[in-house]
Amino acid sequence: MLGPSGSGKTTLLRLVAGLETPTSGRILFGGEDATHRPVRERRVGFVFQHYALFKHLSVAENIAYGLRVRPRATRPPDKEIRRRVAKLLELVQLSGLGRRAPAQLSGGQRQRVALARALAVEPRVLLLDEPFGALDAQVRRDLRRWLRELHDRTGHTTLFVTHDQEEALELADRVAILNKGRIEQIGTPDDVLDRPATAFVAGFVGEAVRLPVELAPHALRIGGQAIALDHGLPSGAAALFVRPTDLTLAEPFGDNRLTATVVSVRRRGPARRIELAIADRLPTVEIELAIGRTVHQGQAVHLRLLTPRLFAS
Amino acid sequence: MSVAVQSWSPSWPPAIPKPGALPGFGITFGFTLTYLSLIVLIPLAVLVWRASGLGLDGIWRVATTPRVLAALETSFVISAAAALVNALFGMIVAWVLTRYSFPGRQPIDAAVDLPFALPTAVAGIALAALYAPNGWIGALFEPWGIKIAFTPLGIFIALVFIGLPFVVRTVQPVLQDLDREIEEASATLGATRRQTFFRVVLPALLPALLTGIALAFARAVGEYGSVIFIAGNMPFKSEIAPLLIVARLEEYDYAGASAIATVMLVISFAALLAINLLQAVSRRRMGDA
Amino acid sequence: MRDTALAESAVTCWVLTGIAIGFLGLFLALPLLAVFSEALRRGVDAYLAAFDDPDTQSAIGLTLLIAAIAVPLNLVFGVCAAWSIAKFWFPGKSLLVSLIDLPFSVSPVVSGLVYVLLFGAKGLLGPTLSDWDFKIIFAVPGIVLATIFVTFPFIARELIPLMQEQGTAEEEAAMTLGASGWRTFLTVTLPNVRWALLYGVLLCNARAMGEFGAVSVVSGHIRGLTNTMPLQVEILYNEYNFVAAFAVASLLAGLALVTLVGKSILEWRYGHGLSAVRRR
Repeated sequence: MLGPSGSGKTTLLRLVAGLETPTSGRILFGGEDATHRPVRERRVGFVFQHYALFKHLSVAENIAYGLRVRPRATRPPDKEIRRRVAKLLELVQLSGLGRRAPAQLSGGQRQRVALARALAVEPRVLLLDEPFGALDAQVRRDLRRWLRELHDRTGHTTLFVTHDQEEALELADRVAILNKGRIEQIGTPDDVLDRPATAFVAGFVGEAVRLPVELAPHALRIGGQAIALDHGLPSGAAALFVRPTDLTLAEPFGDNRLTATVVSVRRRGPARRIELAIADRLPTVEIELAIGRTVHQGQAVHLRLLTPRLFAS
Repeated sequence: MSVAVQSWSPSWPPAIPKPGALPGFGITFGFTLTYLSLIVLIPLAVLVWRASGLGLDGIWRVATTPRVLAALETSFVISAAAALVNALFGMIVAWVLTRYSFPGRQPIDAAVDLPFALPTAVAGIALAALYAPNGWIGALFEPWGIKIAFTPLGIFIALVFIGLPFVVRTVQPVLQDLDREIEEASATLGATRRQTFFRVVLPALLPALLTGIALAFARAVGEYGSVIFIAGNMPFKSEIAPLLIVARLEEYDYAGASAIATVMLVISFAALLAINLLQAVSRRRMGDA
Repeated sequence: MRDTALAESAVTCWVLTGIAIGFLGLFLALPLLAVFSEALRRGVDAYLAAFDDPDTQSAIGLTLLIAAIAVPLNLVFGVCAAWSIAKFWFPGKSLLVSLIDLPFSVSPVVSGLVYVLLFGAKGLLGPTLSDWDFKIIFAVPGIVLATIFVTFPFIARELIPLMQEQGTAEEEAAMTLGASGWRTFLTVTLPNVRWALLYGVLLCNARAMGEFGAVSVVSGHIRGLTNTMPLQVEILYNEYNFVAAFAVASLLAGLALVTLVGKSILEWRYGHGLSAVRRR
């Protein structure tokens, strides 16, 4: 679940867990209505952003907690609990650290303990609330890969909340984009990137710039320039979303040509980023340019629009 | 390397503010130390000196006379009982004040500090009036032959009053800052509310609770004003150690008074130290230290 | 639906609130109510007549005098201690802070006792004092000393944590702008700690006026001379003059209520100006 902060991702996750009560609607686990099931009976594995480990318990006792609080009838014997804890410690690659206190672990290790604790109750669904949000970039990347592998191995249905697109698009099989408490689109990473369902998704995913345009039948007007285009949308005001890969430098003749002025040229990784102004009052757009080619600040260039992403406004 | 050595060696005079730091260290530090010594340290040192003049066996002889022993027992046992009762009710009060909202919560919260603000003599006569056989509460128990005022039970009531704010005020801030997520984590793992409280919340509050108990206990042991009016002050029955010190002073028996005071101080400090150690252990375990 | 795994059931909620309010009512409201009800038992005239007693009047005067001496002295001490402890580094700092708190862990009776051992008739300096014909014990100076002792930490312990939290950056900025040390203190430090200072003074004053045990030991209970209000309460009570005893007590209870109200206002309205532990 991906969305800007305040879009309702965490609330949705907490509703699934039973930590919040919905005012309307239902929550289904498989085909079963769990809306009125209290949280402790839902068997969800919830992992919090700030770990929420029990500080007074050792790592092993943290993991064993969900088993120890079961009613006597369903509680596994002590020996079985210890065996399962050892197995989970191995799974999260923390064997031998079972007797440590949570305070003695690094952030990444703590989050793996929290995950093992959630897995210990054999949850029907694993709910992760920005689990890597409090960690630094390198640890985040490592844990992300590790979590994906773990998921492939254990096969738990997992809901993962994040505001980090890179994280969401790399980890998820299906991404739900949330905005202002509503789901804008659910689809594969390819779907949301290449076939955004709404203007919000088009603007939120990828580094898109939103340009106000005017639509006429078979044409698009942008900042005083016109392009011939078959768009199938009603005439009137619309929004064009442009990512750096959607535009390319082109010869001045042919279809779909726009002129623009180079505002700045910056090095970005293996290529250059060129910032371009199409018209005075429009936001600037960026394109990527291979190192071999050069443009100068103030130079006028011609652009071709490769993939028009248009939404009526 | 020499820097590391220097920073550990005690230097005197300790006036070594960093270069370019603020002025006024010499005069304020000098005044602080002088005033502290004159008002607190020297007088307390005289007590220790006076008691050490008796020698250990001298103190022992005074402390083990039956009347002193009885008074010490009364003081410490009833103080402990009052501290434990305050632990239970203080926890409930702190819980209710932080977790629930109801009309009048703020004034009630403020009123918890009353025992800190109300002069002990006033508390003493008020409690005596309430719990006397003809008082509002004493009269309720009178028909069953239960006497509260002028018995050890009266001492207990006064010490509960005097120790009431300590547990509330030490537990309350910790409870307020307690991460709600650990309770939610416990619930998602299948724990009932009761299990969450006893396995997750209570252990987190334990250091604060112990501090509160220790403070209430220490205060109760030394308490004088609120107790003497309701205690009855019968030797061997309802006489507290501080009262015995006053009695000895009135007889100009300075040595006896010092001996009792010393024994009280030693036992209180030992209790405080023990609880501090316990607390340090549990803090270290939870990684706060 | 209320989830009983996340919060207590409504029944538990009500029971706990009931216990808490009942407990506080029994131990806080009733005693306070008893003071005023006993004081007014014989009517307003009897209540007011209690203050016609010259001994009572002199007790009130002495109490005000004691507070007027003890509070400013401890105020100066508190500011000095906080300045040197919070704005500078020196070895043994935490020891000094615990020593300042020491009077809180000493029984009031022992607080009085130490001065008797020093200045009493058979005390360390007693003979010297009697040669000079100067009385400390069973006289006003002793009461002042005992009061200073028991109220010693109040102002310092409000200021020290707050000034430590505030650090030295603002003072250093003032100094770099050319202010003198004294001016920096008056225009930068003092405004930053004024609410905490007031808070400390409020608590210090309440205790100074209400102290009983320590003062009782050193006072000698000489009517009209060394009786403070709390001691006057005791004397009147022991003479079975209950209305007068509770009348004087009602003044002290009023002081306690004013202190509590002032304290709450400071915590709620000016919490930002108090050290972190006091903020609500």
